[in-house]
Amino acid sequence: MAHTFKVNGTTHSVDIDDDTPLLWALRDNLGLTGTKFGCGVAQCGACTVYLDGKPLRSCVTPVSAVAGAEITTIEAVSGREAEAVQAAWTAGDVPQCGYCQSGQVMSAIALLKENKKPTDQDIDLAMNGNICRCATYARIRAAIHSAARSLEA
Amino acid sequence: MTAHDITLSRRALLAGAGALVIGLHLPEVARAQSARPAGGAAVFAPNAFVRVAADDTVTVLIKHIEFGQGPFTGLTTLVAEEMDADWGQMRAEHAPADVKLYANLLFGVQGTGGSSAIANSFEQMRKAGATARAMLVQAAAEAWKVPAGEITVEAGVLKHPTGKQGRFGEFAGAASKLPVPENVALKQPANFRLIGREGAVKRLDSADKARGKAQFTIDIHTPGMLTVVVARPPRFGGKMASFDAAETLKVKGVVDVKPIGSGVAVYATGMWPAIKGREALKVTWDESAAEKRSSRELIAEYRALARTPGTVVGKHGDAEAVLAKADTVVEAEFVFPYLAHAPMEPLDGYLEWDGTQALARFGSQFQTTEHATIAAVLGLPQDKVRLETMLAGGSFGRRAQVSQHLAAELAMVAKAIGPNRPVKLVWTREDDLTGGYYRPLFLHKLRGAVKDGKIAAWTDSIVGQSFFLGTPFEAMVVKNGIDSTMIEGANELPYEITDFACEVHTAKVGVPTLWWRSVGHTHTAYAVECFVDELLQAAGLDPVAGRLAMMGKEPRAMGVLKAVAELAKWNGPNSVEGRARGVAVVESFGSFVAQIAEVSLGSDGEPKVHKVWCAVDCGVAVNPDVIRAQMEGGIGFGIGHALYGEITLDAGKPVQTNFDSYRSLRIHEMPAVEVMIIASTEKPTGVGEPSVPPIGPAVANALARLGQIRPRQLPMVGGTV
Repeated sequence: MAHTFKVNGTTHSVDIDDDTPLLWALRDNLGLTGTKFGCGVAQCGACTVYLDGKPLRSCVTPVSAVAGAEITTIEAVSGREAEAVQAAWTAGDVPQCGYCQSGQVMSAIALLKENKKPTDQDIDLAMNGNICRCATYARIRAAIHSAARSLEA
Repeated sequence: MTAHDITLSRRALLAGAGALVIGLHLPEVARAQSARPAGGAAVFAPNAFVRVAADDTVTVLIKHIEFGQGPFTGLTTLVAEEMDADWGQMRAEHAPADVKLYANLLFGVQGTGGSSAIANSFEQMRKAGATARAMLVQAAAEAWKVPAGEITVEAGVLKHPTGKQGRFGEFAGAASKLPVPENVALKQPANFRLIGREGAVKRLDSADKARGKAQFTIDIHTPGMLTVVVARPPRFGGKMASFDAAETLKVKGVVDVKPIGSGVAVYATGMWPAIKGREALKVTWDESAAEKRSSRELIAEYRALARTPGTVVGKHGDAEAVLAKADTVVEAEFVFPYLAHAPMEPLDGYLEWDGTQALARFGSQFQTTEHATIAAVLGLPQDKVRLETMLAGGSFGRRAQVSQHLAAELAMVAKAIGPNRPVKLVWTREDDLTGGYYRPLFLHKLRGAVKDGKIAAWTDSIVGQSFFLGTPFEAMVVKNGIDSTMIEGANELPYEITDFACEVHTAKVGVPTLWWRSVGHTHTAYAVECFVDELLQAAGLDPVAGRLAMMGKEPRAMGVLKAVAELAKWNGPNSVEGRARGVAVVESFGSFVAQIAEVSLGSDGEPKVHKVWCAVDCGVAVNPDVIRAQMEGGIGFGIGHALYGEITLDAGKPVQTNFDSYRSLRIHEMPAVEVMIIASTEKPTGVGEPSVPPIGPAVANALARLGQIRPRQLPMVGGTV
């Protein structure tokens, strides 16, 4: 059936099965491929988007559950925290293969929106749902601290 | 009309016609070499690697796949160095599949592996850059009517003492009409401005990857494209006997179902209907020839084999005689599980064809053989098949397929549905983890003797599987029936031990296996570095000093070991406030890496790695920060698998199916890492793999100083074998 939801400020109506995960609606129906598939079972975080501003694993969230909600993806994430995180990611040369980094960046921005000065432990708690097989974790941590400093300034 | 105008008009005219357009502007030599567009409006292509556009951008065609280890940045650095370009004007993109132009000079075919990208390209890419520079300088000299020798180049600007100056783009058109010089001189290392300079170069791909803009194979969508998943046999060696697709075809979005060589392919309008369609598929598998042994049974068989004489692959002195007479004999048996590579982007590929020609796009790591495989399956001549390499979300060896199975499956999927139906084949995570091509199960049985405070004898009996025997790549690594990747790092040690023997047994198992980041060193380094540490402990010697005393003929290995001890302020291994230190040093792929790990035991009983110090000697350090990143990442990759990684077979079926059961390192388990790069003028060697081998044994050796036994079976945590 047709499902209507708002993505990055635009309302879309897509005729797909109720149980279709939001991830595949975004990628295959709306062409928003910045959000990645990594596991399909909410274990790796590569598919992280925001639902009404809160991080959500889109790979296990059916489109039937997001009717009327505002979805934000990596393509449209914006604001001071987003700019600070993406600048820190670039300056610190965080990515290697880069495939998980959309999800890492989404989780990091969400953290800084909630917590302006996260400790290492705060970072562990906020980021441990995002797997990076290249193990860029040391740089992810450093980039989050760096982004927090730049937001303070 | 200037060259710039010609380019633009022809581009406009032939938009979409591809690189042939650019070929029109190339000198004879380069024309023959240009297969496709690069760098947008390139007007100057002095060789197969460098494209200069009128807008001043310099695009380097990268013959190695970029899946994180940094060849886009590294090979571009080499070109930019010799061109005296500004880093800001540099771009990189994958070269097309063309073995004549883009072979890995160490392999003889186009392909990436063995941490060889910089090692084999160092002179080639510098020469490509130096040639481009010489031609641009010559073009400027002719335009300015001055001797070429009076022109200097700095940060992409050509200058003459009279005050004349210009950028590359201005002279690209004129340069393209000049003959290509041979044997241009390369810079002296003292004049390097980018190579080896901290902070001179940033990765070319970071900004896009931080913004979700990098394009991977899974991101390809074209009009009419079908997404395909394949139902494969649950046990290795099984075959499809029959299938019933009635329920599958009722799933909204499923378009077709076809049997192919590897299983049954489900074609759909998107990934979700493809997955649902596969779930609804009823397949009967013929498992008469399938591998049905469990990991436990295989290990028991390996243990028995290790107790029989194997093929001798290293021997000096008479270790058995010394062991027979020794007072102190130490024995250890180490078991290494099957491991999946589990790159974040599972295997995938895109292919479109019209019956007479084809375009394949995917994260191809062995372009030459994959190109040939696709052409063969489709029944097309190779020159009718174009292969474009895509950025890939990791590999760790998974995409370097000696069997060509992904390329073959991609072509079979396209062929089965017929021409003019573009297909994107995607493996799910479950397909990835249960799909084989694992790091093989291995076992090492070691015996050693200690006498007069020294290691007096050493034997190692290795049992495992070869992933090379019977493949087209066999000739590369198999000599006298011995697959050298099974024994590398174990049949010759960096330590002087008078009486030494190493034997190998090659087991026949029906599980498809493959190299995995650092290949044989994934197990040999653990066995050797744990066992040498255990013997040194038995002899009452310090792990660092004891190693150094046996390494007289290995100055570079000694160098990194001394450096890491200094970096960590090594003061012995013993536990201070619950934290102990372990060390390991390994040469792999021509690079030397030593690591010290500081480890405690958590309240849950799991090892916690707090800090790792790492010293690396990889010859000339082209991109210091990329090297650091590879050391950090390889250490994390190594810890994740030494602590948690395991694929277990239960009656032949893989037990772990996703990241909930195939535990992967997470951020709170990543230690702080401090890296020291040894200054060196030796030829550059690789860094993608060499940081992996030492970390497992370094952690194990620290555990030994916390009152634990060095783990005899990996993984250290939660192993089910």
